[in-house]
Amino acid sequence: MFDLGPHASFIWLSYAAVALVVGGLIAWLMLDGREQQRRLDELAARGVRRRSSGRKS
Amino acid sequence: MQTLTQRLANPTRFMEFSGRLLPWISAAAALLIACGLYLGFSAPPDYQQGETVRIMYIHVPSAWLAMAIYSVIAISSFGLLVFRHPLADVSAKAAVPLGAAFTLLALVTGSLWGRPMWGTYWVWDARLTSVLILFFLYLGLMALRASLEDETLASKLTAILALVGIVMLPIIKFSVDFANTLHQPSSVLRVGGPTIEASLLTPLLLTAAGFTLLFSAMHLKAMRNEILRRRVKALQLAEVERAHTAQLAAAE
Repeated sequence: MFDLGPHASFIWLSYAAVALVVGGLIAWLMLDGREQQRRLDELAARGVRRRSSGRKS
Repeated sequence: MQTLTQRLANPTRFMEFSGRLLPWISAAAALLIACGLYLGFSAPPDYQQGETVRIMYIHVPSAWLAMAIYSVIAISSFGLLVFRHPLADVSAKAAVPLGAAFTLLALVTGSLWGRPMWGTYWVWDARLTSVLILFFLYLGLMALRASLEDETLASKLTAILALVGIVMLPIIKFSVDFANTLHQPSSVLRVGGPTIEASLLTPLLLTAAGFTLLFSAMHLKAMRNEILRRRVKALQLAEVERAHTAQLAAAE
């Protein structure tokens, strides 16, 4: 299954590129989400809230 | 009766809905990609391309997404300019970096597939060049939005550029038909049905479906992040305004 012949390096490099970019995107999205949530929590701790914050969001 | 897009026009409702949907879409994407790659690497090598055909399972879905994501951006831009849907700009903004990433992957994996098959990493032919222009268009959309401080103006101008840029999609799609190119013509979405052998086609369809769900999950997450970012900005502005009003009141 993993004996990919004389062009194996091209195949592995392609998959490595996809893993790197997709992994990078997922990490960026997760970290960005956490950062925005942290900022919102900070503002809430200072008493700055949305008018609708009483409702479930 | 409200349509789904009307119901989700409320960002709070969208956050609830997307929060529930996200884990399921992510799991389905992982499952489909894993099954597709397993079947893809178990299938016999192509009679002409040998083992390099394994690159197809990531190159074709990336290239398909490069164009599909641009369609999402164009539809969202239309939704912003014509219907002023509250989430249209959030959707367009969130999709652009994802589209740029998948277009880059289509270019890189295509280039790595081209070297052993065509004897070169790159040729300036219609298909490769038009996809490169699409990549620059994605970068242009990001640069235009980042260059304008007024967010409303930035959204509108970016939407107009996105709608103008949709001309690239038929050019890319039909570039293999009207121009001389090393790139093979369409072999899946074509009149008369696919020309690929079933043992190679099935894993390709699975990974294509998996990549599409992967994008859907990443798009939902990016939209959720953007909604939070806008909430943070609105609250920060409200805080500054409140402090300013209090200062004025104290001075009086």
